[in-house]
Amino acid sequence: MPQFGFSISQPRAVNLDTNDFVPAEKLLRELPELQSCIACGSCTATCTAGNLTSFNFRKVHTLVRRGEYREAYEQMDKCMLCGKCRLVCPRGINTRAVVMKIKRELGDYQR
Amino acid sequence: MKRNTWQEYQKEVADDNYYYLRSCIRQNFFPGSEKAFVKIIRDELGRNIFDDPAHTSCTGIGYHSDIVLHETIMTVVARQFSLMQDAGLENAAVSCITSFGIYTEVLETWREFPEVEERIRENLYKATGREFYKPRNLAHTSDIIFHHREAIRDRAKYLLVNRRTGEPLRGVEHIGCHYAKIFPKEGIGGVEFPYVLAGMIEAWGGTVVDYPERRHCCGFGFRNYLVQANRGYSIGNSQKKLESMAPYKPDFILTNCPGCGMFLDKWQYTIAEIEGTTYGEDGKGIPVLTYEELAGLVLGYDPWELGLQMHQVDVEPLLNKMGIEYDPAAKYLMPNGKYIGRPAQAAVNMGVE
Repeated sequence: MPQFGFSISQPRAVNLDTNDFVPAEKLLRELPELQSCIACGSCTATCTAGNLTSFNFRKVHTLVRRGEYREAYEQMDKCMLCGKCRLVCPRGINTRAVVMKIKRELGDYQR
Repeated sequence: MKRNTWQEYQKEVADDNYYYLRSCIRQNFFPGSEKAFVKIIRDELGRNIFDDPAHTSCTGIGYHSDIVLHETIMTVVARQFSLMQDAGLENAAVSCITSFGIYTEVLETWREFPEVEERIRENLYKATGREFYKPRNLAHTSDIIFHHREAIRDRAKYLLVNRRTGEPLRGVEHIGCHYAKIFPKEGIGGVEFPYVLAGMIEAWGGTVVDYPERRHCCGFGFRNYLVQANRGYSIGNSQKKLESMAPYKPDFILTNCPGCGMFLDKWQYTIAEIEGTTYGEDGKGIPVLTYEELAGLVLGYDPWELGLQMHQVDVEPLLNKMGIEYDPAAKYLMPNGKYIGRPAQAAVNMGVE
């Protein structure tokens, strides 16, 4: 193959037609309260890790719902499991359980 | 009340007396296109067109890659208008989409800020002793071919019809971003409903393919291409378009911008070499043409005189579908019979399994 000095850069767009939604659906089945999330962002606002890094729990939730697991899994390493998000969640979602579930279930999608 | 909504999407194109502003890059990419344009306008349609050897590049590529200042490019444009004044013409016919975008941008700047126009008049006078008037009509040359499309149809020797099946050929039309995405009122059909190329395909017997990424940029994007390491973004954009259009099995791609024609053609070769993917029939590429080349084919001009041998993707499948008679042995011969050399075989033309 000729050496062109560049490769084909793939777009960063989320392609919902090709993403695999089975793990996301499993997560929602096991933690059904996640469906009641109103995306208020209280979890992110109170997050200790979020104060120090670019960690954003609400963004991770969105990534999982879109089937973008790799970035979601990588982000989860920043969580310190302090549980403050769980205290402030107006819907009473067990956010810490979500973190643990993502770490257990979505490891296959890491780089 | 009568609705005037569509009036905003119309564009007045001069019928005669054009001052031709050539493109610097088109003469390299598609060496027969501009010659074919002059021949069609002058010889076929009997219109007056002045092909001025004194005018220069608009310096648009330098402007878009931050090496030519806004004030400099406006003065260069002012000089072109001054040459047009010398020729006694008022209708500027711009060959390149980048130049067309530059001319519309400069005229719009002067309309919005008359003091800038005064400064540029002063710059030009100090530098060259020239004065100028602004064109009465500014049109891209694809607008002009669109304007004369029915007259071309009347003189057509071949139509965009599959000679074997009698079905209309499927054409993808791709319009340069700087044609109407910057100033929508300057384009036929504006930015939402550009009809300039679609109108040609329909008038000459073909059918237009409507596909999801129809309005996506080809990926040229100046600095996306000019820096080698960035070319992955350029080719990524072209690939997105090619993947989107491939399921509709287009017979050809028609472009009105030098960058789009160049990249949709050349990147098909590169994608085939890197990934082994092709998008046309029989594992080959999709031929890409300029509007002058397509008009020339419709009028029965020799494909090799139109410069079609300079394309990366072979155009023979399209010529065969249209039933055009051509001499395969003359493909790589100059008009004086000298052999110009044959390019190395490429996957995009041999067919990929």
